Amino acid sequence: MSIEKFQNIESAAVPIPIENVDTDQIIPARFLKATTREGFGENLFRDWRYDKSGNPKADFPLNNPKFSGAILVGGKNFGSGSSREHAAWAIHDYGFKVVISNFFADIFKNNALNNGLLPVQVSDNFLVSIFKAIEADAGTLIKVDLEKQEIRLLATGESEFFQITPYKKECLLNGYDDIEYLLNIKEKIAQFEKSRT
Amino acid sequence: MAGKTLFDKIWDAHVVDKIKGGPSVLYIDKHLIHEVTSPQAFAGIDSRGISVFRPEQTVATPDHNVPTVDQHLPIKDELSRFQVNKLTENCEKHGVTLYGLNHPYQGIVHVIGPELGITQPGMTMVCGDSHTSTHGAFGSVAFGIGTSEVEMVLATQCILQPKPKKMRISVEGELSEGVTAKDVILYIIAKITASGGTGYFIEYAGSAIRDLSMEGRMTICNMSIESGARGGLIAPDQTTFDYVKGREFAPKGEEFNQAVEKWRKLKSDDDAVFDKELVFEAADIEPMITYGTNPGMGAKIKDHIPTVEEVDPATRESYKKSLAYMGFEPGSPIEGREVDYVFVGSCTNGRIEDLREVVKFVKGRRKADQVTAWIVPGSKQVEKQANEEGITAALEASGFKLRQPGCSACLAMNDDKIPEGKLAVATSNRNFEGRQGPGSRTMLASPLAAAAAALTGRVTDPRNIN
Repeated sequence: MSIEKFQNIESAAVPIPIENVDTDQIIPARFLKATTREGFGENLFRDWRYDKSGNPKADFPLNNPKFSGAILVGGKNFGSGSSREHAAWAIHDYGFKVVISNFFADIFKNNALNNGLLPVQVSDNFLVSIFKAIEADAGTLIKVDLEKQEIRLLATGESEFFQITPYKKECLLNGYDDIEYLLNIKEKIAQFEKSRT
Repeated sequence: MAGKTLFDKIWDAHVVDKIKGGPSVLYIDKHLIHEVTSPQAFAGIDSRGISVFRPEQTVATPDHNVPTVDQHLPIKDELSRFQVNKLTENCEKHGVTLYGLNHPYQGIVHVIGPELGITQPGMTMVCGDSHTSTHGAFGSVAFGIGTSEVEMVLATQCILQPKPKKMRISVEGELSEGVTAKDVILYIIAKITASGGTGYFIEYAGSAIRDLSMEGRMTICNMSIESGARGGLIAPDQTTFDYVKGREFAPKGEEFNQAVEKWRKLKSDDDAVFDKELVFEAADIEPMITYGTNPGMGAKIKDHIPTVEEVDPATRESYKKSLAYMGFEPGSPIEGREVDYVFVGSCTNGRIEDLREVVKFVKGRRKADQVTAWIVPGSKQVEKQANEEGITAALEASGFKLRQPGCSACLAMNDDKIPEGKLAVATSNRNFEGRQGPGSRTMLASPLAAAAAALTGRVTDPRNIN
């Protein structure tokens, strides 16, 4: 098994300018009863997206036809709370390839990276620029170049370098997963066990 | 060379390898699993055609979606039943110990680990649940992981993990009467915010922490994640050793004495350097409660909800959204609001000591008629002990009813849902929108404050009830 290779993208973005978007909002607990990884996109942001009768709430960005694209932009402390990887699966399953915020919760960031979903952490100012650009033109394009570790607002040319460890970058670009890495060093792990007793 | 922190000592002793420009390969001593975050991990190793590397180091129990009534009957909800059966199937297939729904050791993973002596000082522990930080109360490095990482542990007993930064939070002095461990951690999170701990592992120290029981320490470490911290830990001491001694899977006899000798060395060196240090005064802490939709939105029960002007301008929009969800007016008093539900339970406050606190408080009184009060013990052992100590009978005499063990209304995966619009005072750990059921509203507080709310039917400072 491996993850999908990450391709550089140029896409419009869906803005959710709210802070502390927790994983309970991304995918509520009552939808965690599945035993496979697929299909969670259907219930992404379920209670913000639909009313209790299941009708789409018109004012939620995912229901607004003017917003589209493979990039999701959230406010500070995105993905906080529960460790449920289902949150990363839901965002990816819906069709997003990149999540942008000025601050991610640790577990969410790891989960996203383990599923080929790229978390791009930008500065506070750059996040404001992104939200402003989308407000001015919902179709504005954002370019994310993983090789260069660069995010660019095409309309204004504003760009910023983003952090990712060389190891994770390599994994995403080549579609490697951590489990393969660990399986390859199983002997070393067994030796470590022996050295402790 | 500067000394090492307790966290460094445990972490460094478990590093198998370090990837250049990447994470460490961290060896895991104990792995806890439950029905919700493990099925995809088992499916992963099955599809790779491999077996569980060290099955004896993983322990399983169903807790998240199980019903809290009629546990002797087949689970009614089809999806929950399927998921719980899947756990049984996976454990049988891979030789993993399972404490199933009717086993005397079943319960919330973070309650059974400590009470069975599985959790011990100096260990690394993980579980596909963010409240794994609970086990840090014993001086272990314990944290929540995602399902891909659960698969890594099943496959290799290791995970790839970047090393977090270190923070020390000291609480000095003595806690006042009526102030509990829950108030301490709600106070800390209110001070540092729901993201103030992100990127860090927290060591809790200071005389007020030292004076806490193991149950209290677990409550503190449990909620580390609510500040964004990956985990929290407390150096083990005599209180820890006394708690571990004699438990089912704890070392016995001479082995125990030898273990204690090793455990005594588990503390931060005097000259250890932390990336961040905070000190709070115990005397400043009073009974706390949350009023918003993240655990950082907490205040003293006697205080008022902050006005919009009192919050950081950058967060005002989110603040207004949060209070609109709660139906609370900025600047209004917290105390006196009518309460519909009271929930005592969860991995934060579902241990025997929590139930004892509640019963001490409500014994001989009656709960308010309009309040529905759910008391959910954290495990079968807690339930048994509550029966034996007369807690169950006393609570029933006061109009409360004990349910059967599980995560229950903390995350409302089962039928224990707070109805839309209703207000609950809960001893659990999250007040997110809809956390306790779609449209439910949650105020997090200590077992004492929950008991006080049950008696008066209103948000009440427990010190005002004698």
